[in-house]
Amino acid sequence: MLALVAIAVPVLNQAVPASSALHLSPFGITLIGKYLCYGMLALAVDLIWGYCGILSLGHAAFFSLGGYAMGMYLMRQIGPRGVYGDPILPDFMVFLNYKALPWFWYGFNHIAIALIMMLLVPALLAGVFGWFAFRSRVTGVYFSIITQALTYALMLAFFRNDMGFGGNNGFTDFKEILGFDLHSDRTRVVLLVITVVALAASYLACRVIVDSRAGRVMRAIRDAESRTRFIGYPVESFKLWVFVFSAVIAGIAGALYVPQIGIINPSEFAPINSIEAVIWVAVGGRGTLYGAIVGAVLVNYAKTYLTGAFPEVWLFALGALFVLVTLFLPRGIIGLVTARSKDK
Amino acid sequence: MKHIPSGGQWLLFMSLLALWGVVPVHAQSPGDTTFLSTLGELREADYSAKASIVERLGQGGHPSVRAVLTAFMEDRLYFRNGDQKVFIVKSADEDPLNLIDPLSLKDAGSAPADSLTKIDTNNGLRRTLRTTVAHFGLSSPEVAVRLAAVQDMLRSLDDATVALLRERMGVETDSSVKKEIATGLALAALDGSERQVRLDAIDTLSKSVSQDVRNRLALLSTKSSDGTFAESDVKVRQAAATAVQSIDHWRTFYSGIETLFFGLSLGSVLVLIAIGLAITFGVMGVINMAHGELMMLGAYTTFAVQSAMPGHIGISILVAIPAAFIVAGLTGVLMERTIIRFLYGRPLETLLATFGVSLILQQTVRSIFSANNRSVVTPDWMSGSLRLNDALSITYNRLYIVIFTVIVFSLILMVLKRTRIGLDIRAVSQNRAMAKAMGIRTEWVDAATFGLGSGIAGVAGVALSQLTNVGPNLGQSYIIDSFMVVVFGGVGNLWGSLIGGLSMGIVNELLEPFAGAVLAKIFVLVALILFIQTRPRGLFPQAGRAGEDK
Repeated sequence: MLALVAIAVPVLNQAVPASSALHLSPFGITLIGKYLCYGMLALAVDLIWGYCGILSLGHAAFFSLGGYAMGMYLMRQIGPRGVYGDPILPDFMVFLNYKALPWFWYGFNHIAIALIMMLLVPALLAGVFGWFAFRSRVTGVYFSIITQALTYALMLAFFRNDMGFGGNNGFTDFKEILGFDLHSDRTRVVLLVITVVALAASYLACRVIVDSRAGRVMRAIRDAESRTRFIGYPVESFKLWVFVFSAVIAGIAGALYVPQIGIINPSEFAPINSIEAVIWVAVGGRGTLYGAIVGAVLVNYAKTYLTGAFPEVWLFALGALFVLVTLFLPRGIIGLVTARSKDK
Repeated sequence: MKHIPSGGQWLLFMSLLALWGVVPVHAQSPGDTTFLSTLGELREADYSAKASIVERLGQGGHPSVRAVLTAFMEDRLYFRNGDQKVFIVKSADEDPLNLIDPLSLKDAGSAPADSLTKIDTNNGLRRTLRTTVAHFGLSSPEVAVRLAAVQDMLRSLDDATVALLRERMGVETDSSVKKEIATGLALAALDGSERQVRLDAIDTLSKSVSQDVRNRLALLSTKSSDGTFAESDVKVRQAAATAVQSIDHWRTFYSGIETLFFGLSLGSVLVLIAIGLAITFGVMGVINMAHGELMMLGAYTTFAVQSAMPGHIGISILVAIPAAFIVAGLTGVLMERTIIRFLYGRPLETLLATFGVSLILQQTVRSIFSANNRSVVTPDWMSGSLRLNDALSITYNRLYIVIFTVIVFSLILMVLKRTRIGLDIRAVSQNRAMAKAMGIRTEWVDAATFGLGSGIAGVAGVALSQLTNVGPNLGQSYIIDSFMVVVFGGVGNLWGSLIGGLSMGIVNELLEPFAGAVLAKIFVLVALILFIQTRPRGLFPQAGRAGEDK
């Protein structure tokens, strides 16, 4: 239902009335696209935190890796139109005196390979990391802290110029995607629609997982991990698969985020971004899936509005929001709404 | 009661002096008068006469003769065209020149450069001057001055200085000065012609670790461009090569010690930033994301204290330590009372709430002090470095950080092990219900524990203010490090945090020469992530409130 509304509004506003009151500016489209990408990230966090009790403070890493994979494709698409005009090397490589394309850049000029990498890289990282962590029963707070260290280490790594990922400038100045101009409104709308579809699809996928038998095992793990293990469920593999799936959703969100925003740089890895994603989920309502999306959109809308209107107040408001939500709204905004309706 | 002249009496006295037309600035003794008149002779003397004047000045033994002759040697001795008075100038490149009185060595105002005339020197005169000045340096009662004089002489050895050194060698008592003189004599002997003397000299020099000595010796064993050796004597050449090897060996050893010390000081910083967290997180099980911001508060307190007492930078930092403890500690108590006490047993929720607090604190500081970085002045006694030998010197601020960490750590340990409140804290962390049954006011202990941890974060902030920029984002850059230290060391174990922090620092510094600062840090982080896989409870696991929650 939410998804339906989300499709209808931008398409109608963009395509039908030209410069009327209902017209949505390109900036507005980008903004909505950004919110929805964050919504997907929040969804990914909610799936593991709300249903499986795994609090990852490093989900922005998967988001950024997906984004970087997309960014690499977009950089290759620039071709000879860069500032330095090199047909193969992106601008920053010419600038940093690269002679040839590093091996891990091969293939990124094909969208198919880029798409596979967008899914594969976050999945692989989550798989390896999760396999080690869950197998040795790193749980709770410890897991949160090492995921935070993971994204921090990745941030430091991507800030390095000789990593081959553009250093602290990251990737920007994209021209087109699949031959469509990224700056045209039509492309923007199409990207937004794709984002909406992706969000809806991943929401449905999460819903299916959560409602299945596996979903019940996940909740059992969340509430009593040892007991679930003693009953005979392979807790580690459940956790691992959910973690990987969640990382893939985050990766797709990042991949959709980059062409709409037009830039990706290492600060996306910053631990604070991962924590913010957790906050969105907490604000919206943990363990509801749609609450995560609502939380992400609302908090980010508030952020856009407040940073524009009252820049000094924004951090106060955000900080107070976290404190108040954790103290008084343990089930988030959704919890507030459902509690009201139950009272009636 | 002492008689204090009233304002009127002073006025009378001063006007009397004005009547006489003399205001005595400096009481002149007979020695001063001779000194000044001898100095005055320099104005018109030719170079050979100047040399004899310099020698007479040297024998006169006036207290400021060394400063005057040094200035003369460095072309900083002038006389005023108007009254022919001789002055030292601070730097010859300035206009107007800043004058120094040659008698009292105090500031004597400034004057335009064209109103003064330089007293010229030539090479021969400078040599005489250098010998005389060095002679003064060598006979100084202070070891540091003698050492500096010898080191100065080593840079430009000639027959006169060598003679001086040889003379001094006989009477010198301090071993470090003696060693330096021996090096100087050996360097001079290297140029001699007798083989055995030169071999002995090389043997002496091989005990030095100075880069200059090493290069001088290396010169002996290098080939010149036409394929022949610069040194024709094979034996001398071989001895020199061996000596160079030995020096290199020792220099590597000392640079190893230096790296170790760098690691120790970096590790101390890590321990310092983590130790407050080891209490709030380790003992209480609260994931305090505002820990970094509490350090930031400490750093800003240092800045505020320093601004409040601008004349006393050296003391201000000592005042700042308790001030920062109180500011951060009270903030911590406030946080505990208003937020955290509702969230015990739910560590992930404390994470979110304290993260909110951290944003509020950041913005508060930004609103009060602006978003720009504030510079905290390093007091004089903390700058500079301690020179142990030619290859090893230790900067004071690193040294003080290590000492400071040791003090803070022992104090905390004392508080926890030896005081009543420490006993209460340990009791509550081990078994809350039982402690309560024994009559311990657990609520009060919770607040005190959190306040203690936060206060220590503030103290760490004082130290950080000496190392990095003080800005609103100061806390964020250290929060992950501090969590990693606590988790690595083992939650709930202070000794674990100490060892964990120190070893992280040392590993980081050991890797840095090969990998660079950023990559070394990444390696350490990855290594820690892997380490947690094998020992999920850290180096020294311990049962505590955090340990028993699962």
